[in-house]
Amino acid sequence: MRGGTPLRRHLAAALMLMPLVVFLGLFFVWPIITMLSEAVSDPVVVKTLPATTEAARAWDRQTPGAGALGQALVDDIRATTDDQAMGDVVRRLNSAKSGFRTLMMKTLSAARGSTGPLDLTTVDERWKDNGYWEAIAAAAQSRYTDRNLLAALDYARNPQGSIEALPPAASNNADIFKRTFVISGLVTLMCIALGYPFAMLAASVTGWKRQLLLGAVLLPLWTSLLVRTAAWFILLQDRGMINSTLLGLGIISEPLPLLFNRLGVVIAMTHVLLPFMVLPIFSVLIGIPGNLMPAAQSLGASKLRAFWHVLLPLSLRGVASGALLVFMSAIGYYITPALIGGPRDQMISSIIAFYATGTANWGMAGALGIILLAATLALYAVYHRLTSDRALRV
Amino acid sequence: MSDPYILFQNVSKSFGPLTVIKDLDLAIDKGEFVSLLGPSGSGKTTILMMLAGFENPTSGAVIVGGQHVEKLPPHKRNMGVVFQSYALFPHMTVAENVAFPLNMRGVAKPDSAARVQRALDMVQLGAYKERKPSQLSGGQQQRVALARALVFEPAVVLMDEPLGALDKQLREQMQLDIRDLHKRLGLTIVFVTHDQSEALTMSDRIAVFNHGKIEQIGKPSDIYDHPKTRFVAEFIGETNLVEGTITKVGKDRTTITLKQGGKLVVDTRPGLEAGAAATISIRPERIHFDRTAERENDFPGTVLDRVYHGDHIRVVLETRDQRFIVKTDRRMAVLDEGDKASASFTANACWVVG
Repeated sequence: MRGGTPLRRHLAAALMLMPLVVFLGLFFVWPIITMLSEAVSDPVVVKTLPATTEAARAWDRQTPGAGALGQALVDDIRATTDDQAMGDVVRRLNSAKSGFRTLMMKTLSAARGSTGPLDLTTVDERWKDNGYWEAIAAAAQSRYTDRNLLAALDYARNPQGSIEALPPAASNNADIFKRTFVISGLVTLMCIALGYPFAMLAASVTGWKRQLLLGAVLLPLWTSLLVRTAAWFILLQDRGMINSTLLGLGIISEPLPLLFNRLGVVIAMTHVLLPFMVLPIFSVLIGIPGNLMPAAQSLGASKLRAFWHVLLPLSLRGVASGALLVFMSAIGYYITPALIGGPRDQMISSIIAFYATGTANWGMAGALGIILLAATLALYAVYHRLTSDRALRV
Repeated sequence: MSDPYILFQNVSKSFGPLTVIKDLDLAIDKGEFVSLLGPSGSGKTTILMMLAGFENPTSGAVIVGGQHVEKLPPHKRNMGVVFQSYALFPHMTVAENVAFPLNMRGVAKPDSAARVQRALDMVQLGAYKERKPSQLSGGQQQRVALARALVFEPAVVLMDEPLGALDKQLREQMQLDIRDLHKRLGLTIVFVTHDQSEALTMSDRIAVFNHGKIEQIGKPSDIYDHPKTRFVAEFIGETNLVEGTITKVGKDRTTITLKQGGKLVVDTRPGLEAGAAATISIRPERIHFDRTAERENDFPGTVLDRVYHGDHIRVVLETRDQRFIVKTDRRMAVLDEGDKASASFTANACWVVG
């Protein structure tokens, strides 16, 4: 007898899983949680301006803000020595209402350059406008915010606190999400159209022929994504192999625009993602008994009808798995659209990257990431429902 | 008698350099149950596949119902095929499986439902309509496959070792069921098997195949009692083969001298000539240990082995001329290894092969 009591065996199994659990926790779960909390946390004003926060929460928003909040703000500024934190406050407030940067710079030097009571309206006329005070009050309301999540979907709260759509010029995240799904859908369809016949062919032959076909699909997986994308860059450009061949054959008179547009992105992504379609379909197809098609034919079905009524429904599970894999990988694609697409083909990952590395706006990057994650999970739920459907279960 | 319903004329089939069927002629009448029997690789399944349309003959003609079908695709042949591993569609219910050939033929729904019900009742599975094939036992799956192959009233039913995957008891039950269906519905059945007892119990005629050729075709009793070749004698049932030279051809009896000098008396029949070499087949169940006047052949010897089989006892008897296998009555249980005994059999029990 091995292993002893069930408890001990469970413990042993758990111990063996520990490295994986720790790894996933550190490098998968923790970053996601950080990203999520980053998207909704908004603590700078509350933390750096405690007196102002207290005053703002008590403020009725009718009386002039300079009177009710002004001295508290001046006190907070004088009490703070952390310039970086103050910089965050300025950035945070400026993103809520433009003009804050210059206003705060003036106020900072005025507050620090004096002692005793200070009427801020004498420092800058703009402090008479309650809009600025309302922005401070909104930021001081809570350590958490939904403004990033709303902005990720092109919405924002107006000064009264209700949600409204942003003007199209201000934000087009929804468009980019839509574009991301359209491109991913196109790539998925292309992968089905190319991958299904290929998987059928690979499943119908044996020996070295099958090895060769599968190798042809797997080879790209062993090559760096960047290399593959660069290869397509070379192939698709105006003087690339495709255009020069077509020109040489006299089929076209001037180069087809294949690069920096939607077509190029779809072609390159289809190539990169094709293995994820072919392999699941192939593995389902080889599991289907070989005598079902002959049986269908002997029962009066032409080859096409036998395929339609027998092989296709039996292989749908593979198509669903493949489509899910391809689609989910595609919506997160970054390198290929960035290198091969034009400005109108950038997908949501590029926007996330822009916020994360371009402007260090981790809140927005996190919020867009959350929307993407939610969409992916929703899709997975749909897939799960579909594949656990009785019609597909064998 | 009318023309045969199925006719293979001079059919050959090669796969690359490998010739599987050589110059085959085979005629099957309407309503006949013909078994194609042979070891694996003898070409019997290839013949079935040519009949079903999955293989085309390399040369020769295949005629069904007076029509050449060599180039006809399978779905236009109207033949019900029962496959070795049932080949039920796993994503369809039993009823949908059986309705499949009717749907393919555009049979209207109400009519189709009634026919499916009849076909399933015929195989005693009327209550299993909504099950998936995976929820049925092997025997039940086989019966669904049978119902599916019969529901569209095909001209011919082809069966490719349909009972191979079933256990012995179920197999014997299914043999009787299929034979019964054949009789009741007047089906024309071509049945491929490598199991000789299956072929013997079910068929009107058996065609014994070896190396792509028919060794012998005939009624089961003919094949069993009067094998034409050594291969047939050995393949069908167990037998004792004795080799010798014909020394005297009389009016009723022909004498054959064995290598060690022993003499064997067989019934005279045309074709036996003195001086010719002969191979004689003697079925083990026709040899006895008690001598009577009509058991003209008698070979004394020693019991080498004795195996109890329940319904009979199998004794191996070593004689001077020949080692005989004897299937004897269980009352002879007194015989034991080393005992002296004598193998006695009638002239009629001997059959000169070929």
